[in-house]
Amino acid sequence: MDEILNIRGISKKYEDLVVLDHLDLQVRSGEVVVIVGPSGCGKSTFLRCINALEKVDDGEVILDGKVIDPQDKHLSKVREKIGMVFQSYELFPHKTVLQNLVLAPVRVKKMNRKEAEEEALRLLERVGLLSKKNNYPRQLSGGQKQRAAIVRALMMNPEILLLDEITAALDPEMVREVLEVVLDLAKEGRTMIIVTHELPFAKAVADRVVFIDGGRIIEEGEPKDFFEHPKTERLRKFLHSFTYE
Amino acid sequence: MDFDVLSFYFPKYAEAFLLTVRIGWLGIFLSIVIGIVSAFVIYFRVPVLSRLIGAYVEIFRNTPLLVQLFFLYFGIPKLGLNISAETCGIVGLGLLGGSYMSEAFRSSLGAIPNSQKESAEALGLTSVQTFFQVILPEAWVLSVPAVVANVIFLLKETSVFSAISLMDLMFTAKDLIGLYYDTTEALFMLVVFYIIMLVPVSAAGSILEKRARYKMFGE
Repeated sequence: MDEILNIRGISKKYEDLVVLDHLDLQVRSGEVVVIVGPSGCGKSTFLRCINALEKVDDGEVILDGKVIDPQDKHLSKVREKIGMVFQSYELFPHKTVLQNLVLAPVRVKKMNRKEAEEEALRLLERVGLLSKKNNYPRQLSGGQKQRAAIVRALMMNPEILLLDEITAALDPEMVREVLEVVLDLAKEGRTMIIVTHELPFAKAVADRVVFIDGGRIIEEGEPKDFFEHPKTERLRKFLHSFTYE
Repeated sequence: MDFDVLSFYFPKYAEAFLLTVRIGWLGIFLSIVIGIVSAFVIYFRVPVLSRLIGAYVEIFRNTPLLVQLFFLYFGIPKLGLNISAETCGIVGLGLLGGSYMSEAFRSSLGAIPNSQKESAEALGLTSVQTFFQVILPEAWVLSVPAVVANVIFLLKETSVFSAISLMDLMFTAKDLIGLYYDTTEALFMLVVFYIIMLVPVSAAGSILEKRARYKMFGE
């Protein structure tokens, strides 16, 4: 399969603290890569470096064979192709769900408003939010907000989707409704990089799981091997911290 | 209280009322324009200019309107420019109000979390689009309570206009007391006209605030 994203040796420091230490990752089209690791290991920063929300100190991110340059005046053109969903939803509070969804397609892609709305309604129906189209974000539950935020990212039809701990702020009973949407996207063949703490979900959705600790990739593999036969001591310890035996 | 006196005073107060309202609202309009421009300059950290605006805000927020008016009214003619008392009042109020409005807009802009900007930019919006489509509308809603408070404050500040012999409500009251010594009636009318001027603004302000609050927080 063809490679869509190539991350080569990216490093990131905050003052003296090394957050990312020469990380490499290649993602193929249609692949779902799940990143796990302890808090503060750099996994969120890693995602944010991909669409240049954070500037890397070293290394490069290559999308479709082109290096992403954070200084590029046309950075927004690149970001169109990379969807991102945040832990705290980040819907726009002054806009209704529908307005949230059509903003970028209309302003950025210059899509006809009517077409954009039709597409939005189609996607809302798919995630079970059609009845909420005219509601403001504050009128939705956390799970509904996050589904709306996923749809907002999908509206740009991105080549790759970055999900940054999208269920971490949700009540347990709402996690499932959001993750089911993501599973559905995976089945559809969406390329995704997912940062999560939901290990059972990671196992179900991933083509490949990557364990980051201390800003480095410690281990990676197919989900079955990764979870059942961890090769490194650090991963074993990390996985063990989720069990109560 | 003598009602004949009140009805005799009424037209004089009505005239003063119109002048006060006109100068007051023109000054407020000017203050909002100055406030928006200043807040943008500070928000975008425009080099040099943001320092100057910062100094302007500090100076005008920390000196009384009366002193500012004296500077304008007696100072500007010294520079060889002619300025009418009315223009002086509008500009004075505009400059004072501008410093307050600037703070109101700047703090609202600053209150929008950076993550909102990031989520807009992650969607591919340019920084200009992000500002006008996301940051500004949200900040605008947040700034409503402070702006309403400033408007009411500025309308009341017009009472010092009498010091530069603008025939506003305060001037009229003092004038009539000096002429006829009907202190009770003169002061009564003064209060009544200030209330007529301010109560509708207050009421409109709380409706606006409620709407803004509802839009943003739903309560």
